[in-house]
Amino acid sequence: MKILVCITHVPDTTSKISFTDGNTKFDKTGVQYIIGPYDDYALARAVELKEQHGGSITVLNVGEAETEPTIRKALAIGADEAIRVNAFPSDAFFVAKQIASVAKEGAYDLILMGRESIDFNGGQVHSMVGELMGLPSVSPVMVLDIEGSTAKIQREIEGGKEFMELDMPFIAGCQEPIAEWKIPNMRGIMSARSKPLQVVDPTDDGVQADVEVFELPPAKEAVKLVDPENLDELVNLLKNEAKVL
Amino acid sequence: MIDVKSAETQLTPHAENQRMIAEMIRDFGKREIAPYMMEWDESQEFPIQVFKKLGELGLMGVLVPQEYGGSGFGYHEYVTAIIELAKIDGSIGLSMAAHNSLCTGHILQHANESQKARFLPKLATCEWLGAWGLTEPNTGSDAGNMKTTAVKEGDEWVINGAKNFITHGISADVAVVIARTGEPGQSRNGSAFIVERETPGFSGGRKENKLGMRCSETAEMIFDNCRIPAENLIGEVGDGFVQSLKVLDGGRISIAALSCGIAEGALDAATAYAQERHQFGKPIASFQGISFKLAEMATKVEAAKLLTSQAADLKNQGKPMTKESAMAKLYASEISVEVADEAVQIFGGYGYTKDYPVEKFYRDAKLCTIGEGTSEIQKLVISRELLK
Repeated sequence: MKILVCITHVPDTTSKISFTDGNTKFDKTGVQYIIGPYDDYALARAVELKEQHGGSITVLNVGEAETEPTIRKALAIGADEAIRVNAFPSDAFFVAKQIASVAKEGAYDLILMGRESIDFNGGQVHSMVGELMGLPSVSPVMVLDIEGSTAKIQREIEGGKEFMELDMPFIAGCQEPIAEWKIPNMRGIMSARSKPLQVVDPTDDGVQADVEVFELPPAKEAVKLVDPENLDELVNLLKNEAKVL
Repeated sequence: MIDVKSAETQLTPHAENQRMIAEMIRDFGKREIAPYMMEWDESQEFPIQVFKKLGELGLMGVLVPQEYGGSGFGYHEYVTAIIELAKIDGSIGLSMAAHNSLCTGHILQHANESQKARFLPKLATCEWLGAWGLTEPNTGSDAGNMKTTAVKEGDEWVINGAKNFITHGISADVAVVIARTGEPGQSRNGSAFIVERETPGFSGGRKENKLGMRCSETAEMIFDNCRIPAENLIGEVGDGFVQSLKVLDGGRISIAALSCGIAEGALDAATAYAQERHQFGKPIASFQGISFKLAEMATKVEAAKLLTSQAADLKNQGKPMTKESAMAKLYASEISVEVADEAVQIFGGYGYTKDYPVEKFYRDAKLCTIGEGTSEIQKLVISRELLK
């Protein structure tokens, strides 16, 4: 089974977010980057599926050279090879086009990625890749098991879960609890450097979205803590200060 | 058609490996150590399960070549691993370092091929936990006068005596033990032996109740007519102390790294707190009394890391590093205590409580000026090297 796992290179969840160049660019100073947490689940499930069924895992990132340490980590976790499309991931459609272009050449049985990145949280790429490739796309996938050429899937829907069976190939946007995040081991780290990492040009530079300005959300206001025994005060504050009652 | 180009940005192999190892340990620590460490510290529980997991990750055989089941890395990666563990919990770092550099390190450096093939794969994966016994109740730094003896009887050695302050003295599955095979005070009177836990006459003794490093087990090892096969002698009779000094040269790098990790952990905690804690309407970091403290602490940590890295570099190249490893151990351990002390001071009253991490760094740091050769012994080693 050939699995393609698409990963994003995103600021660590504890990073302080600020902007430069007149609030048009993200300030990368002192920011640590990680594999997108949802992509990490997708990669972890891919490693498990490979252990169960054999095959190979290719990890794909659309990004500039600075993303290579993140890609190496994915190789250390268990991917066999990596491809980096050498381009800034400017918008969802641009990224989807790059993924579809690589995926068409690789004839993958499964294309896994996170349900969304955690920088822009668009959650659009998996559906766009599906459309571009004429393949089904499912998200957010919480359970993914393979039997023969069929996948048994559970995905989260409003107020419940949806169970489905799907023939491969298809695209899945993954989330917990599809697998437990994997920590690379020392052997994985040692071997990551010798695994192939190809750098390829983007298919075109058809960037469709441009950032005019970033704005931070308003700062959180101070919190008033009310003793659980003091319900009168709570009601009074909700009524007269917050004016929500 | 995909146009293939070579990857243009490559960190040096050391730097990239070190970055990934550091990240791996931070991820592991968040999940497996940080939530429980204060409980272990309070109860002095030795969390053996953590070391089994570190073994699965390849951290219990960092320096052991892959053909013996280890990770096959060098001292730079080893130092990074200890620093990152010690930034979370010094006592986990201490036990990991003792297993790697003392017991496993002794067998790796001095044992014959058959002994290596027999013991290293189990030690490198932590299927077996290791201990190393040199210190005795009355002979710490004065190892030549040790009381533990080994006497040859036919095809066996019979060991009698006791070792104390031994990391994993109770829980180890295998120990390398230095015993006297000649007369007290005689030169070359010590030999090194491998003793397996199941050997009759070998037992763990009293567990120490310590100031810090409380979840690293420190205990006696007792030998009462303990008979081991002759093939468990490491090297030749009389080689034990020379072998031990070489093991301790590497061990000093471990303790230097441990000290750097504790100091850096305390510095990070104090830096974050100084920016969060407000007095007189400003973060306390904006007062020069605090910011200058942080500057001095950070400079000391950086200098200690550079000395440690220098010793690691020499060790990797197989060059003499007795003086440099002693300097690294001396300086890093002393500044670790100073930095942790200042961190407690920056936290003020909160730093004196167990609700914040710095009191533990403070307690853990003190071991580093004592274990694997006191600061005074390091000065002796350095001065002897200078005055040769």
